[in-house]
Amino acid sequence: MNWPLEAFLSFLAAGAFGIIFNIPRKTLISCGLVGMSGWLFYRTYFLLFDDPIQATFAGAFIVAIVAHILAKTFKMPMIIFSVAGIIPLVPGSRAYNAMRNIVENDYMEAVDFAVQALMISGAIAMGLVFAEVIMQLYFKYQAKRTQKKMGFTQE
Amino acid sequence: MTEISEVRRELALDCFLLAGKVMMESGAETYRVEDTMIRMAVSQNMMDSHCFVTPAGIMFSPSNDLPTRFVRIHGRRTDLERVARVNAVSRRLVADQLTLQQAYEEMTEIEKTHYLFPLWLQILAAAVASACFLILMGGGWADIPFAFVIGGIGFYIVEMVLIKTRVKFFAEFIGAVAIGTLAVLVVHSGFGNDPDTIIIGSVMPLVPGLLITNAVRDMMAGHFVSGLSMGAEAFLTAFAIGAGIAIVLSF
Repeated sequence: MNWPLEAFLSFLAAGAFGIIFNIPRKTLISCGLVGMSGWLFYRTYFLLFDDPIQATFAGAFIVAIVAHILAKTFKMPMIIFSVAGIIPLVPGSRAYNAMRNIVENDYMEAVDFAVQALMISGAIAMGLVFAEVIMQLYFKYQAKRTQKKMGFTQE
Repeated sequence: MTEISEVRRELALDCFLLAGKVMMESGAETYRVEDTMIRMAVSQNMMDSHCFVTPAGIMFSPSNDLPTRFVRIHGRRTDLERVARVNAVSRRLVADQLTLQQAYEEMTEIEKTHYLFPLWLQILAAAVASACFLILMGGGWADIPFAFVIGGIGFYIVEMVLIKTRVKFFAEFIGAVAIGTLAVLVVHSGFGNDPDTIIIGSVMPLVPGLLITNAVRDMMAGHFVSGLSMGAEAFLTAFAIGAGIAIVLSF
């Protein structure tokens, strides 16, 4: 696996998707970085453990975490950053193979690919959910801590 | 709670509904729209307001004894810059940096202008994304120019059919058919190597990524009506793309 090349390509692809979704111009670079981090995590996990579903979960999780942090720094909706990062994880090739096998009347193979594509879509959703819950807990904890520091007590 | 005058209340309602409408039309999540509207209402001393947002319309009731207002949302067009701008205006309104009148004027300004990148740049972006995905999905370097051109053409066709017919699924279907045909032709004429990766790469710009993320986040926030309808839209879009490719492959 060619790391710099894949990093560059995923950066470029996520930035291009940012243009298609028309995200604010000053966030284009950070949007590309979100896409890059998600893809690199996905690839690394995939190469280490050889499980596309867990790898997609890890990728989506990282995308959502980074997007949340950037959303806090830029004070913009989180969706601006996460959208383009999610796209590379979409199981395009598996869905395509499922479709092709259906056309070729090879239904057993098609079901195999389709179930994988479905599981991967579910993994993307679960990754987003987990990241969201964890970030919310973290932000709550942080808010409590700053309140304590400033001398407020919270019931 | 201080009583607000009739004129001011009407202005406030117009402002909230306009904000909600612009956000919903530009592809924000339902729960964010509701959250923004309620926050703005609280900042204007409407403590017991209620708001119900679906992808097709927004209902807003300022309080129990006042009439409820409704706006219908027609087309949706992904334009996240508008979402960010409305969000910024509402933040400033809540932080008392803007008066209600100023906020309303800014909202109308945002509603009138559109911030989309020019079409040629979007097509170029789609082409670049297609070429990148060709390599990321394991395609060969020799196929890059084909994925670049076909991805751009596919995106352009979808945009054109969308403008002409206003039917999204049909546009995606036609775009997928065009992509599949071009990819198969390129390989048959001996220039391209692998039709599969060319098609996968070129189809990527059509993938309903925004709908998928929005559906998941809305479902999580408990907005099942909009979550399910956005999920259904995403599924139908994916199905239209798949059907378009399948038609080409079956010949």
